[in-house]
Order: sequence, then structure tokens, then C-alpha cells
Amino acid sequence: MRGLSAIIARDVSLAFRAGGGAAQTVIFYALVILIFVLGVGPDPAVLSRVAAPVLWTAALLASLLSLDRMFQSDFEDGSLEMLVQRTPTPGLLVLAKALAHWLTTAGPLLLATPLLAIIAGIEPAAVPPLMLSLLVGTPALSLTGAIGAALTFPLRRANVLMTILIGPLFAPTVIFGVAAATPGADAAPMLFLGAATLSTVVIAPLAGGAAIRFNLQ
Amino acid sequence: MMTSKPASFWTRYANPTAFQRLSNQIAPLAGGAAIAFIALGLWFGLVASPADYQQGDTVRIMYVHVPAAWMAMACYTSMAIASVAGFVWKHPLADVAAKSTAPIGATFTALALVTGALWGQPTWGTWWVWDARLTSVLVLFFMYLGYMALWSAIDEPTRAARIAAVACLVGFINVPIIKFSVDWWNSLHQPASVIRANGPSIDGSMLRPLLLMAFGYTLAYVWLLFVNMSAELAERRAARLLAGARPTATLVAEPAE
Repeated sequence: MRGLSAIIARDVSLAFRAGGGAAQTVIFYALVILIFVLGVGPDPAVLSRVAAPVLWTAALLASLLSLDRMFQSDFEDGSLEMLVQRTPTPGLLVLAKALAHWLTTAGPLLLATPLLAIIAGIEPAAVPPLMLSLLVGTPALSLTGAIGAALTFPLRRANVLMTILIGPLFAPTVIFGVAAATPGADAAPMLFLGAATLSTVVIAPLAGGAAIRFNLQ
Repeated sequence: MMTSKPASFWTRYANPTAFQRLSNQIAPLAGGAAIAFIALGLWFGLVASPADYQQGDTVRIMYVHVPAAWMAMACYTSMAIASVAGFVWKHPLADVAAKSTAPIGATFTALALVTGALWGQPTWGTWWVWDARLTSVLVLFFMYLGYMALWSAIDEPTRAARIAAVACLVGFINVPIIKFSVDWWNSLHQPASVIRANGPSIDGSMLRPLLLMAFGYTLAYVWLLFVNMSAELAERRAARLLAGARPTATLVAEPAE
């Protein structure tokens, strides 16, 4: 357990150092929203309708940015094999890595969301449900992404392949996430979103752990 | 003796030459039967069955569409079963079977999507709606593509098989979602009408071509699977022979990772 928290602390501090990528993730998030809004046009009625889906899509794209490096940098300098040997099961390593990824991407994104949501034309009353849906849904993005990263880390040009593999798996999270972000929605979408996240908590260590073992053989 | 019998059956066909002999016998049989069943199914479907009282002749698209959609899910399920078999028993042909199923399944999925759109335009008034059944089948199509991309990205066959198996099993979650999407969500797509608790809800004259086509598609899958697997095994043998004949050439050709 201490080893796992050390892995998380190491990844988090690396991400927040200069050039670590956490700040770039937020800048990318803001830029995607800006481009979407410029594309949709300034009509407030249209914007308030599409802003929540746009923010969700932007968050998804931003969380893809740093995924391909999740295991790759450790694999290249040889520390991944050591980490796998020292953890009881590679599944725990996947959980720790996904948690660190979530802290360093979803964390900054959530902090930036209220301001960007207002700029994108969301009613102030609609911001809390959006924040809550992002809070509940983004762990699934990091965990599903960890499966993709574990499948592809030894490959050259892993980034595109990883996106093709995990893109379809993001479907339930995006569908229920956007539905739960709608103000006045009933509890069902939020519960389904939570269920999607919780199921990835189970699936990601199993699948990601197996993928890491096979990739290191 | 009783326990060793099934084991010998499985291990016998782990030998590529023995499998090749089996394949050479089964593939033409399955292929011929597939063509016969599909021809018969098309005859009953397009000529010798009544038009629907609501849909008119459009209903005949269903004889191509419904079995294709069944096969789309059945192929993914076979791929998942073969992946588990390759995973657990390390049977060399299981990996080859899983890999060889993917393009066939993707083709059936594409056929189901295209015929569904052709049927939807006159019947629903739209080529495509983003409802649960259609969306989940589209997701299935992308999963087939991702699975094939993963295979082609990894050079070493054993590692490619294991990694692709993990991806296949994670994606298998989608298959029950497709099956039950019409029950769980309020969908434009109609619910199951053939395999139901109270028996099929469609008339025998329409059920006959549907089942004939389904048998035909299944036999076509068996046929194409054996052809694909033979081709894959031949390709691997060629690669091995080539590597053995010119060891230096492969050393130069593969850059260091």
C-alpha cells in the first residue's frame, strides 16, 4: 500500500512540475471548448443547449492527451518491470497509475470547468450538475484509458491505436455523463454513470494487469 | 481412456498439417452448403413469401438484415470464446481462429448496418437514428476494427494473440448490451420476434426464409473461417521458411524497438 501511494505521489509530482503536462491539459481543454464555440456560433440559445456536451467532449479529449505515456515512459527506462515485480499484482499498479492520471488531468479540468462553463454559455444553475457528472464520470475515462495504455505501451505510434481501441468503450460514460449534466434530469443517468465508473474499477485492473503481464513477457 | 479421448481430439488438430487436411475436407462442403442454403433462402425470401401487410416488399430486406445482425454478434461471441481458449489452454489454433473470425464478423456487421439503413429509409423515414440498438451495433463495428488494428500492430504472433484477446474480452461487454438494448431502452428498433418465451411472433412463411438464410450465413462463416485460418497458417509457415532461409535479411529488415 505504501508502495502504491509512492507511485501515485511520484506520478502526480512529475505531472505538476514544469513541462509535466498538467497545465497543458487545461490549456488544451480550454482551446477545444473555444474552437467548438467558434464553430457553433455565438447564438446563446444554441450554446446553452450544446455547451454541456461540448465540455464533456473536451474533457474526454484532454484526458486522452497524456494517456499514451502512462506506462510507456516507465517501460522505456526499465522501471516498469521493476514496479511490476514489486507490486503483488499488476492490477494494483494499473489502479495506482489510473488514479494518478485522474488526479493530474480531471483535477485541473474540474477546477477550470466553472469558469469555462460560464464562458461557453451554460446557465450558472446548470454548473453544479455538470461538475458532479464530470466528477463521477471522469474516473471511468482514466481507468478505461489505462486499459488502452496497458495494451499498447510497447508499440510505436501507440497513441492512435490506443484511441481506436478505447474510443468505443467511452460511449456509455459520455452518453450518461451528458444526460446527468442536464439540469432537472432524474437520478437514473447519474446512477448509470456511477455504475459505468464502478464497473471500470473492476475491469481495468483485471484487463490492464493481464495486458501488462503479456506485454512484458 | 475416456478422459484421454477428447484431449487427443484437441491436440490432434493442433498440428497444422492435420488441421489443413480437416480444413480441405470441411471448407468446400460448408461452402457448397452455404451457397445452397442462401440461394434457397433468397428464393423463399424474395419470391415465394408474401409481402408484409404494413411494410410491403420492404420486409424482404429483413431476410438479409436480421441473420447478418445475428452473425455480427455470434462472430464476436466466437471470437471471445476462442480468445478464452487461447488464453487458458494455449491452443495454437484458437488464436488463429479468433484472428480469422474478426474480418468475417466485421463484414456481417457492416452488412447489417447497411441493410438496416436501406430498410429504415422507406420504413422509419430515416437512414439512421442514434438509438441504443443502432449505436451499440456501430460500436461493435468499431470494436472489430480496433481488434484487427491491434493484431496488425504487433509483429510477434503469440504476444499479439494475448494482447488482442484482452481487448476482445473487454469489448465483449457490448454484446449483451446490443441484445438487450431494445428491452432496456425505448428504441425505434423492434424487440426480438423470433427467439421469444411464447414462440416466434412472425408467420411461418416469413420465418422459413429467415431461418434458411441464418443457416446459410452460419455455413458461410464456417467456410470463410476455414479458408482464413488456412491462409493464416500458410502465411506463418512462409514467414518461418523465409526467416530460416535468409536469417541476415530479417535481422536487417527489423529495426530495433
